[in-house]
Amino acid sequence: MKLDPKVPSGPLEKKWEQHLQDIKLVSPNNKRKHNVIVVGTGLAGASAAASLAELGYNVKTFCIQDSARRAHSIAAQGGINAAKNYQNDGDSVWRLFYDTIKGGDYRSREANVYRLAENSNNIIDQAVAQGVPFGRDYGGLLDNRSFGGAQVSRTFYSRGQTGQQLLLGAYQAMMRQVHTGKIEDHPRQEMLDLVLVDGKARGIITRDLVNGTIQKWEADAVVLCTGGYGNVFYLSTNAKNSNVTAAWRCHKRGAAFANPCYVQIHPTCIPVSGDYQSKLTLMSESLRNDGRVWVPRKKGDDRHPNEIPEEERYYYLEERYPSFGNLVPRDVASRNAKMVCDEGLGVGETGLAVYLDFRDAIKRDGKETIAARYGNLFDMYENITDENPYEVPMRIFPAVHYTMGGLWVDYNLMSNIPGLFVAGEANFSDHGANRLGASALMQGLSDGYFIIPYTVGNYIAGEDLEKVSTDHEAFDKAAKESQGQLDKLLAVKGDKSLIEFHRELGKIMWDKVGISRSKEGLESAIEEIRALREDFWKNVRVPGESNYYNKYLEFAARIADFFELAELMALDALDRDESCGCHLRDEYQTEEGEALRNDEDFSYVSAWEFLGVNGKLETKLHKEDLEFEFVELKQRSYK
Amino acid sequence: MSTMKINLKIWRQKNTQDKGGFQDYTLDNVNEHMSFLEMLDVLNEKLIMDGIDPVEFDYDCREGICGSCNLVINGRAHGPKHKTAACQLHMRNYSDGDTIVIEPPRAAAFPVIKDLVVDRSALDRIIEVGGYVSVNTGQAPEANLIPVKKDVSEQAFDYATCIGCGACVAACPNSSASLFTGAKVAHLNSLPQGQPERDQRTIAMVEQMEKEGFGDCSNYAECEAVCPVGISISAIAEMRRDYMKAIL
Repeated sequence: MKLDPKVPSGPLEKKWEQHLQDIKLVSPNNKRKHNVIVVGTGLAGASAAASLAELGYNVKTFCIQDSARRAHSIAAQGGINAAKNYQNDGDSVWRLFYDTIKGGDYRSREANVYRLAENSNNIIDQAVAQGVPFGRDYGGLLDNRSFGGAQVSRTFYSRGQTGQQLLLGAYQAMMRQVHTGKIEDHPRQEMLDLVLVDGKARGIITRDLVNGTIQKWEADAVVLCTGGYGNVFYLSTNAKNSNVTAAWRCHKRGAAFANPCYVQIHPTCIPVSGDYQSKLTLMSESLRNDGRVWVPRKKGDDRHPNEIPEEERYYYLEERYPSFGNLVPRDVASRNAKMVCDEGLGVGETGLAVYLDFRDAIKRDGKETIAARYGNLFDMYENITDENPYEVPMRIFPAVHYTMGGLWVDYNLMSNIPGLFVAGEANFSDHGANRLGASALMQGLSDGYFIIPYTVGNYIAGEDLEKVSTDHEAFDKAAKESQGQLDKLLAVKGDKSLIEFHRELGKIMWDKVGISRSKEGLESAIEEIRALREDFWKNVRVPGESNYYNKYLEFAARIADFFELAELMALDALDRDESCGCHLRDEYQTEEGEALRNDEDFSYVSAWEFLGVNGKLETKLHKEDLEFEFVELKQRSYK
Repeated sequence: MSTMKINLKIWRQKNTQDKGGFQDYTLDNVNEHMSFLEMLDVLNEKLIMDGIDPVEFDYDCREGICGSCNLVINGRAHGPKHKTAACQLHMRNYSDGDTIVIEPPRAAAFPVIKDLVVDRSALDRIIEVGGYVSVNTGQAPEANLIPVKKDVSEQAFDYATCIGCGACVAACPNSSASLFTGAKVAHLNSLPQGQPERDQRTIAMVEQMEKEGFGDCSNYAECEAVCPVGISISAIAEMRRDYMKAIL
């Protein structure tokens, strides 16, 4: 396996501009001869599909939801970063680049991250032109808020529903192309395999989720925008149907999986209340603009929070990180929440929660102002917990939220399989070992609107792509294998429920491959995952048949893939004998409990090659060395 | 923490052709902190272990924003709680011994796929004919060259917040999609970016709504009452006004 990142040479700020000038073009009358498949219709998928269709390609889109508009990007709350410097606070493309690469603890590619910062401003322009209703000030111009890991205000927002508004903008652009006939939209279809012909990605296999039929689709290029794999933990802030299957099946066909152990645990989620719980709900990071995080100084202090006087409250983020305070990056905030709970200072019934308190902000700005900023989030909190956050501090705890790892891609966002492109959360590219808040929306749309449309064209123009038919044996073989796996799951007819298996897998992952990891814990996790996976294939009960709408069968196939991915995540975390960003190995911490990197030995992207599953996962590690020409690697400090 | 006994009457229908009917189920230990959909998860676990096909229902984000869930609970779309999607409803809103009737949203334009799952692609087709601003990627001017008055922008947001769940259709005695369509028309028509296509958008979307088999609006306002994000029926007035202006 050869991993060439294909980063253009030249000065950092000229690389993308130069690359765009060098890129090969497909003439307008030839574009209509080429088919492109886009899988997933979140921010990356919808924006890529719309933009490719506007250029003239024949695009087919696929999503598992009943409408393209429901992809999980819709749930992103807080905002999207851009280096507009509208606040005149000294922001620039360089600063956004620098904050992002530092926030990622120097484990991402300089050139990719710089391009992301460059594209950020175009995204805001595009969204505004589409009619996305961003927050504005009284002069009618765009407003900004602050997010973690930055000392400027560069986050654009639509109340607490920024992801929804940006996704609807991209979805509407996509539907406009459905109307022109340039996009053929296929909702309720799940990708089950990638089809390779002569080593190139030439199509996909899907299951029609309504009637259960297995279908074959050919194309000149496949763009995977299928999101992240946080649901391997069972409980996460992901939507219930979010899964790794499309990406994992590509991995099994030869695509390298990069940095699988980098998982973002979001610091501000509503704590778990019971074992019937099916998902966790995020409270936007933007709340940390005004909310103060604290726990009682005394262990076992079970007084009502409002009765605990100021001097007996431990505002641990403000005390430990005076310059960033409550706005430290997510990994730092999560780790500290776990630390204070481990010390026995946690609050609530389970002791696994900390307070996020708006008392002082309400005193300072008035209830009305706070309601205007966060009203919908406060309502959501009250609805779930039955407590009023205007009067009682919120209780929050970290939860799995986003996965920085994903399929390996080069500078063109193409995987090591020619013709397979990967965009958005599904690729590994821009966030290194930790993603800053309000950067996921930026990356999804940068990939979809402003990178994929050019780089897919470059690939198509440079390849000799003979037409293939779905009658080709590679399609038949893949289709049979997909059906075979479903039949195998249905044939187990065991007596243990699917959800129970998933919950148990999630517990192993949370305990041992979660906020902090250790050699010992990871080694035992690997054994436990293997044993549980074996048990799954012997004892799982999957109801019904495959030839009609059967959601539990969909889940079964996805959980089967999570069982394999889980082992890879633990192996990757074990290989990375250092701490960086969200990956905290207990063995490697600074005296202050921060992630202690080892740049000498681990300044690389781990890219894993799939070899097989035979009791254990057979896999081979390849390394892409990260070279830093333009920034100096430093110990991250938010003190 | 208290637990309850809950009786369920759930619509079961094998496929679009099947006639379908209600089935009774009972759950003995329903925790008050469970969400409504988690209660159905628990029911399904029980059915699967008993060798019965689980109840199919649409859901995804379970935080009230994706618009997938659309259950009609005791005759009311999304259940009893004002401005709350079914996935955000919690069992503490019910009492021990309650009977809960769960149906799919019923409308000619929403054929049942299985049990509580319906086909809402008609809503996508309404957006398809005009629910956008025609701007290709890369054509946009600098964002702050388009100032928008704060109150106009806020109002546009109030309409744009529609989650496309179709509760408005389920609640309407005419099965009208006017609130859904009006929300998108009012969002885009109120903004400077939406002006060039204002007339054609309004006409195309209203006509598509009729083509899909949705009824007309008779101002019952049932839609507004069940809307999980509180879209105001003023959206419908805006749409009608713009439609009249556009066709005259």
